[in-house]
Amino acid sequence: MDINTLRGLSTILVMIVFLGICWWAYDGQKKKDFDEAANLPFDDDEIAERTMSETEREKND
Amino acid sequence: MSTEINQTTYNYKVVRQFAIMTVVWGIVGMAAGVFIAAQLVWPQLNFDTAWLSFGRIRPLHTNAVIFAFGGSALFSTSLYVVQRTCQARLISDTLASFVFWGWQAVIVAAIITLPMGLTSSKEYAELEWPIDILLAIVWISYAVLFFGTITKRKTRHIYVANWFFGGFILTVAILHIGNSLVVPVTLTKSYSIYAGTVDAMMQWWYGHNAVGFFLTAGFLGIMYYFVPKQAERPVYSYRLSIVHFWALISLYVWAGAHHLHYSALPDWAQSTGMVMSLILLAPSWGGMINGMMTLSGAWHKLRTDPILRFLVVSLSFYGMSTFEGPMMSIKTVNALSHNTDWTIGHVHSGALGWVAMISIGATYHLIPKLFGIAEMYSTRMINVHFWLATAGTVLYIAAMWVNGIMQGLMWRAVNTDGTLTYSFVESLEASHYGYLVRFVGGAIFLSGMFVMALNVWLTVKQRDAKALDSVPAAA
Repeated sequence: MDINTLRGLSTILVMIVFLGICWWAYDGQKKKDFDEAANLPFDDDEIAERTMSETEREKND
Repeated sequence: MSTEINQTTYNYKVVRQFAIMTVVWGIVGMAAGVFIAAQLVWPQLNFDTAWLSFGRIRPLHTNAVIFAFGGSALFSTSLYVVQRTCQARLISDTLASFVFWGWQAVIVAAIITLPMGLTSSKEYAELEWPIDILLAIVWISYAVLFFGTITKRKTRHIYVANWFFGGFILTVAILHIGNSLVVPVTLTKSYSIYAGTVDAMMQWWYGHNAVGFFLTAGFLGIMYYFVPKQAERPVYSYRLSIVHFWALISLYVWAGAHHLHYSALPDWAQSTGMVMSLILLAPSWGGMINGMMTLSGAWHKLRTDPILRFLVVSLSFYGMSTFEGPMMSIKTVNALSHNTDWTIGHVHSGALGWVAMISIGATYHLIPKLFGIAEMYSTRMINVHFWLATAGTVLYIAAMWVNGIMQGLMWRAVNTDGTLTYSFVESLEASHYGYLVRFVGGAIFLSGMFVMALNVWLTVKQRDAKALDSVPAAA
């Protein structure tokens, strides 16, 4: 196979992969999962508080 | 299961260490920058001393701001975010300590060797091979620490910020090791295994991806956690963030050739670099818009919250410099801008406007949380810092635009008989006032860092006072 054919094919392949990622990301069924993921920064206050109280306890020991 | 989760705590020690060092190295690195900016206005400031000369302090400045300041900001935020969004403690406290002290050792080695003139002469990769090896060991330990923590996560998803941090860690490892391959001659001297044009291409494959991954992907990781957190609402579009991630990391690696326009690099490679740089505008702006739109419905917070202002203005500068970059990669534009101060202006609109401002914003968010205090000692001081940083950046980049375009035009001007209209020294003389304004802008930016240091110190001191208050209650 000519190297230029390979280059052309690789361009098309990359384009298909990119469109695949878009299609996957914008699939309606993923919405719930993504909402869950997007809220991860707000889900762990309890552990953060415990970390701080442990630090305080160590300081006062 | 539930009891196990309930016992989890985070390793904040390493995050605290890196957060404090972010401020310290920020001041050191930026002071070095202001010093060499002053040298360009008043050349006698090199005091005829080799180790104070521009050529030696400049790499010290770039290494200190990128790897010491930016690096510490990335370590502190990534190690914080990976724990908080995976709801898991770092896999090893010892390894975390090693990463912190190892990184500090690399920085100290750089501060000693670069003014001595020990350099591999590769831009942003000047450190000689023994330090390079130490850096590689520390970096791989960091990768083990980060990815190890992801593997023991308690959450189902890997939050998008961690994808950006992960991409940045992995790629920087490959870049650093690939570009630093050398044949050592003595302990302090080595030669690159690459030669000629291939060496140049390797260098700018590394150099541009130092920008693309160290200074962009890593800081986008910061953006995806700290902007939603500070605005108290989830990111505008999680879907867009996924497309943003894959598009950005798959495009950035191809753009480095635009540093070698009109060089011995084959034309097709130069054009590939240019086209890839132009396409990069799309994911860059996609990410910027995603960050900005996170504030929709919360714009009023900008009026009262200077930390959020830092984060949002950093995104504006990010948008600006990622528009400017692709434009400068167009070969005909590059013919004007190359080797002029325009390039320095572009770098600093990214470095001061984007990287420094988002690091500063994230550090202001982090410090109170890490020391168990509601907020920073003084919000007004954050506000003062914000305006100093913004004014400094604008002065700096405006001076460099004017200088750069003027230099480009002067260098290309020819008389009717084909001789050059201006000598190089004439363009240098014309640049004098621009250099003065740049020095002033840089000094203003640096003064903001001192305000930050004071504010951080007062905040941390407050913690100690609070801990003392609680002693009788505990006893």
